[in-house]
Amino acid sequence: MISVVGLRKSFSGVEVLRGIDLSVEAREVVGVIGPSGSGKSTLLRCINRLEEPTAGQVVVDGVEVTGPGVAIDKVRTTMGMVFQSFNLFPHKPALGNVTLALRRVLKVDSAEADDRARRMLERVGLAARADAFPAQLSGGQQQRVAIARALAMEPKVMLFDEVTSALDPELVGEVLGVMRDLAEGGMTMVVVTHEMGFAREVCDRVVFMDGGLIVEEGPPAELFAAPKEERTRSFLSKVL
Amino acid sequence: MHRLAEEFFNWSVIREMFPGLLTEAVKNTVLLTVASFIGGVALGLLLALMRISRAKALRWPAAVYIDLFRGLPLLLVIVFVGFGLPIGLGVQFPNEPFTPGVLALSMVYSAYIAESIRAGIEAVPRGQMEAARSLGMPYRMAMRRVIVPQALRIVVPPLTNELLALFKDTSLLAVLGTRAGGKEITKYARDFVNGVGNSSPLVAAGAAYLVITLPMLRLVAWLDRRSKAGAR
Repeated sequence: MISVVGLRKSFSGVEVLRGIDLSVEAREVVGVIGPSGSGKSTLLRCINRLEEPTAGQVVVDGVEVTGPGVAIDKVRTTMGMVFQSFNLFPHKPALGNVTLALRRVLKVDSAEADDRARRMLERVGLAARADAFPAQLSGGQQQRVAIARALAMEPKVMLFDEVTSALDPELVGEVLGVMRDLAEGGMTMVVVTHEMGFAREVCDRVVFMDGGLIVEEGPPAELFAAPKEERTRSFLSKVL
Repeated sequence: MHRLAEEFFNWSVIREMFPGLLTEAVKNTVLLTVASFIGGVALGLLLALMRISRAKALRWPAAVYIDLFRGLPLLLVIVFVGFGLPIGLGVQFPNEPFTPGVLALSMVYSAYIAESIRAGIEAVPRGQMEAARSLGMPYRMAMRRVIVPQALRIVVPPLTNELLALFKDTSLLAVLGTRAGGKEITKYARDFVNGVGNSSPLVAAGAAYLVITLPMLRLVAWLDRRSKAGAR
């Protein structure tokens, strides 16, 4: 479903990604862990080209995202992204946040868009808050609306960028719960996270990154219990 | 003391200014303000969007325009548009001096308004654009549906301030001369002084400005407080 080959990214001369190869199968849930500054978020943001890769190739669902002249706006509708800082549109209620791109990008008519948006809000447990503005919602609720907003586009892939890092600890569970349901429903997911519990229990595979490279990857049971690389061991000993 | 009252607060002179002070002078001042503000905001929004564009060919002319008109005295621009263009190029404006007046005010104020709007757009968090783009919205759609609506809200207090300044600056159009029924407050009062040989009309003109500007000043202060309080 996702294939990343030789991906490099520099920011004003500093190389943040130094040659990443990663492939993700359909229905697979891949967790990306690693210290801050290891390039995890940049990798995710290169997949939908919020960051322009310096070199390398990204292919999603058979479309070369990094190809010349690719219709990037169209390709992005196949990839949902959820951000650490929610980034809900503050001037729209929850429902309007979900319907905006449905109506304007996918040209779904407004009755159908409302309908679809309500179903999505229900799926994340927020059917009752459809008319609430982001400022009236808790962080956990805002993040669930953001997930509903991304899901409404019916993406092939979901990208999660440290989506619980800005949440109060007691709100983390409700967001992870939604993500767990999504994973069980067969969504293809790439999850950059600091939640080791989630990575261990929900992910099919965990990738450990450090210094702009993938150091080690494998099934969570193996990677967490018996890491092969010294760097992985030292990272895990600090966070577990 | 009596002499002062006679010269500056002469009620019988001031009474003579009515109803023209309202039906002509205040009305024209308000019309000039509204027309110039609409022109200024429309051109200002365009300039602001050009100014933040990634395309150099758009950014550069907007930057030059904004610096130029922020750097020139308003009165000089008014005189240039009102007298310089007709004399130099033989331009004949319709509905003089209303049209050249509005044109000059819009041209200068759009530069200030553009800077206010640009600051508003830049105050919208970066993540808003990223969220919109990640949903497949093209840049222009994201600007129009997500960024600009939020920026306009941020920009209400500074724009109200520009409106207040613009309202007062219409008095500079007094230099453009006039036609029957076309005087704004300052010109109206000045001509009245010439007619009656008494300065009270100028005091009345000041009062007419204050009746509108004082509530607006309170409004700006209130909007400022509210936008600071309601930042989150």
